Amino acid sequence: MNYEPVIGLEIHVQLSTRTKMFCGCELSFGEPPNTRTCPVCLGLPGALPVANEEAIRLGLMIGLALECDLAPTSIFHRKNYFYPDLPKGYQISQYDEPLCRGGHLGDVRIHRVHLEEDAAKLVHAGSSGRIHGSEASVVDFNRGGTPLAEIVTEPDVRSAEQASEWLRLLRTTLRRLGVSDVNMEEGSLRCDANISIRPVGSQEFGTKTELKNMNSFRFIQRGIEAEIARQKGIVESGGQVEQETLHFDPATGSITSLRSKEEAHDYRYFPEPDLIPIAITEELLASARAALPELPAARAQRFESELGLSADTAKLLAFRTEYADFYEEALEGNGSEPVPLANWITNELTARLGDEDPQQSKVSPAALAQLVGLVSEKKVTNAGARQVLDKLVADGGDPAAIVEAEGLGALDDTGELDGAIDAALAANPDIAERLRSGDMKPMGVIIGHVMRETKGRADGGEVTRLVRSKLGL
Amino acid sequence: MTQVRDLTAAQAADAVRDGKLSATELFDAYRDAAAADELNAYLYVAEEPNVSGGDLHGVPLAVKDLFCTKGVISQSGSKILEGYKPPYTATVVENLEKAGAPLLGKTNQDEFAMGSSNENSAFGPVQNPWDRERVPGGSSGGSAAAVAAGTAPWALGTDTGGSIRQPAAMCGIVGLKPTYGAVSRFGMIAFASSLDQAGPLTRDVTDAALLLGHMVSKDPCDATSIGRPDEIALPRSHKLDGIRLGRPDDLSTEGVEPGVMEAYERTLKLAEDLGATIETCHLPHADHGISAYYVIAPAEASSNLARFDGVRYGLRSNGGDLLSMYTHTRHDGFGAEVKRRIMLGTYALSSGYYDAYYGRAQRVRTLIATDFKQAFENVDFVVTPTAPTTAFKIGELADDPLAMYLNDYFTVPMSLAGIPAISIPNGLSDGRPTGFQLAGPAFSESRILDAAYALEQAIGFDGSETRK
Repeated sequence: MNYEPVIGLEIHVQLSTRTKMFCGCELSFGEPPNTRTCPVCLGLPGALPVANEEAIRLGLMIGLALECDLAPTSIFHRKNYFYPDLPKGYQISQYDEPLCRGGHLGDVRIHRVHLEEDAAKLVHAGSSGRIHGSEASVVDFNRGGTPLAEIVTEPDVRSAEQASEWLRLLRTTLRRLGVSDVNMEEGSLRCDANISIRPVGSQEFGTKTELKNMNSFRFIQRGIEAEIARQKGIVESGGQVEQETLHFDPATGSITSLRSKEEAHDYRYFPEPDLIPIAITEELLASARAALPELPAARAQRFESELGLSADTAKLLAFRTEYADFYEEALEGNGSEPVPLANWITNELTARLGDEDPQQSKVSPAALAQLVGLVSEKKVTNAGARQVLDKLVADGGDPAAIVEAEGLGALDDTGELDGAIDAALAANPDIAERLRSGDMKPMGVIIGHVMRETKGRADGGEVTRLVRSKLGL
Repeated sequence: MTQVRDLTAAQAADAVRDGKLSATELFDAYRDAAAADELNAYLYVAEEPNVSGGDLHGVPLAVKDLFCTKGVISQSGSKILEGYKPPYTATVVENLEKAGAPLLGKTNQDEFAMGSSNENSAFGPVQNPWDRERVPGGSSGGSAAAVAAGTAPWALGTDTGGSIRQPAAMCGIVGLKPTYGAVSRFGMIAFASSLDQAGPLTRDVTDAALLLGHMVSKDPCDATSIGRPDEIALPRSHKLDGIRLGRPDDLSTEGVEPGVMEAYERTLKLAEDLGATIETCHLPHADHGISAYYVIAPAEASSNLARFDGVRYGLRSNGGDLLSMYTHTRHDGFGAEVKRRIMLGTYALSSGYYDAYYGRAQRVRTLIATDFKQAFENVDFVVTPTAPTTAFKIGELADDPLAMYLNDYFTVPMSLAGIPAISIPNGLSDGRPTGFQLAGPAFSESRILDAAYALEQAIGFDGSETRK
């Protein structure tokens, strides 16, 4: 039987406010432990929370970007459980009246978006690295109380790859909104996945497991893949998937149980009596709306309709904000053509830079635009331009100057090209014979020969034209 | 020195202002009296005044243990916080210090304000100055006993379901629970967040008005604080002309001590003599107040007290691992009543029981608040006895928590409705003080104080005996 995975995602996003969710402490960026704390975020007796309006505004921006319904009033609840990283013995979160409901991003529907506070950081001494079996544990409350938006999707994701791709889109969208650093390694973007499988065609949901805290796109994809495989293995051997919370270890690829359904907490949610309901004022909403930039999906649409890019290229650019910004800046610089410029970025530049931010690279947008312009004007061939780009990535500089210095200019002197072609035909008499008899397949051999001889400065089309004319075809 | 302590707080402030008394002499007199206290009313007594001057001219203030006072023990009557010294001061204490009321001492209380007799303190019971074998009421028992015994000119208490009004009644002094939100809760070690409210315990109504006026503020550190729309005026009315007093017919008087009822009737008669009319009013759901209260308050408490886990401050009893550290700490640190309420509250919030208990109790609470709103369309104040009985003997109800809970029968409905109420002494029953409660609409403190003042003058209760 064929099985289909059903995946829902829960994403925690640390919001880039100045201060914490419920107190006046500034957010921490690696300060010495327990230096960004106060009676409120330490949960001292008698201290009371006060909600951070800026966090609410950023939450509304997320809601607007994901096209959610924004609740005119929403309330905070207490989620009660004991853990040393939770100083009050409860987390202030939202429960049945969240800030935003519904909405979608791309083809994945959003269930809800709500606000809450982050826990503190635990460090365990000893070999296990977990609280069980450690000799001692220490708590750093700097992170405790950092504002979080939790984004929960509907179970619309059908593969690990789709999950990872969709998360990239979400991250780009959040980065574009400017509401978060969205750095997975530093934990400002964290993802849990609810995973179940069912026979293809079935409308019912299988028993789901929750895979916790995967801190890179690669781990998310691998973790989900591993969990799908684990569930398939269970079902195919006649077993039943148990509802439990799981931990994926990226080092070993193994999945271990954190707690079973029986061990699940009863969080005893109830409305937080220390806070008043969040009432969304017109001013707050207007301010959130005004701060909304053009979002990746809309940007891709615009690239497609206004600049004539293919849908794929438009998405490749728009869903990586740093490349889309680079592209638009390059377009501004001089009148280079939008389509070839986009192709040069998505095909050539991304391959050379990998995950590096192009704005931080040695290639300036203006330089790339100039290079693409040189190609269009046939002053340099595609192959030559690739060599120029290699130089730009390595050392930066001016493309025209590099073409000049390296002698990479396209061969417009037909004498030199003629000579090269003659030499190529002479060196490959059998190929020349086949061409003469009308078999055009080995033309590439001649072109390749010419290219080698001219260090890529010849234009392939021009070579073909000249060969045909020389052979009287 | 007795003469200095014969003055009410307002009189003492005037005497210092007029140069007839030095603030140092005033503080020393109370410091010495508090240090010599034999009622176990104090858990800490200050050496020196920490502020002077201001509108209150250095009249010292006794403060219930649960208010955080920077660098001074603040234990909420609990072993789990024994010796705990907070790094900050509660807003209301700070407001009063700024107004010139130095901290005299920290007063004993029921643990985490859970109790009606002060017997639930980890630091021993407090004795009632009217009869040392009897309780002072609770949970602000130490504050009430100190004021009644004249070892403090006035004191701060907190009221969640009657914890200011009931001990005031049992000790023959004035106690006022303000409108929820009038006084900041920041720095008050929480019992039940949606009910807790700080208020004055004083010798007379004038002192209550003076103290309350300097307590209220809209505090940016307390999202539920509202402050007060108008100033608290000092009361001067001697008449109750045109005032309609509502006598609720839905609150049972069964189980009310005869002497308490007699005093209540006498006070109503006096009110009529002063020009008031007595009308029957209806609070159809108030009878369920105790049931709703003993779900809501423990539910909130079960969560509020979760922070006492041995991790950061207070008592830590080590076990082999994290879970046993938690259980040992809380087993050793909390008293029986606190544990009982944590269990009640945890149960009431549990998945599957929430709607039946917490959800339903909240609906009852809304109905009670509506009852009062409707009642106040026809009457100015609702009046009841403050507590069903006078002070009972230490240990008398210790094994009967339900009987103890019923002590709050007349005070809990106002707490649930969030409205202000005052208790003034209105006589003696068997030689022990009784209390008369006046409750008004939200933010009617000034009018309540005015009416209470007129009654106080007419009643002429003399509490000086216990201050000798």
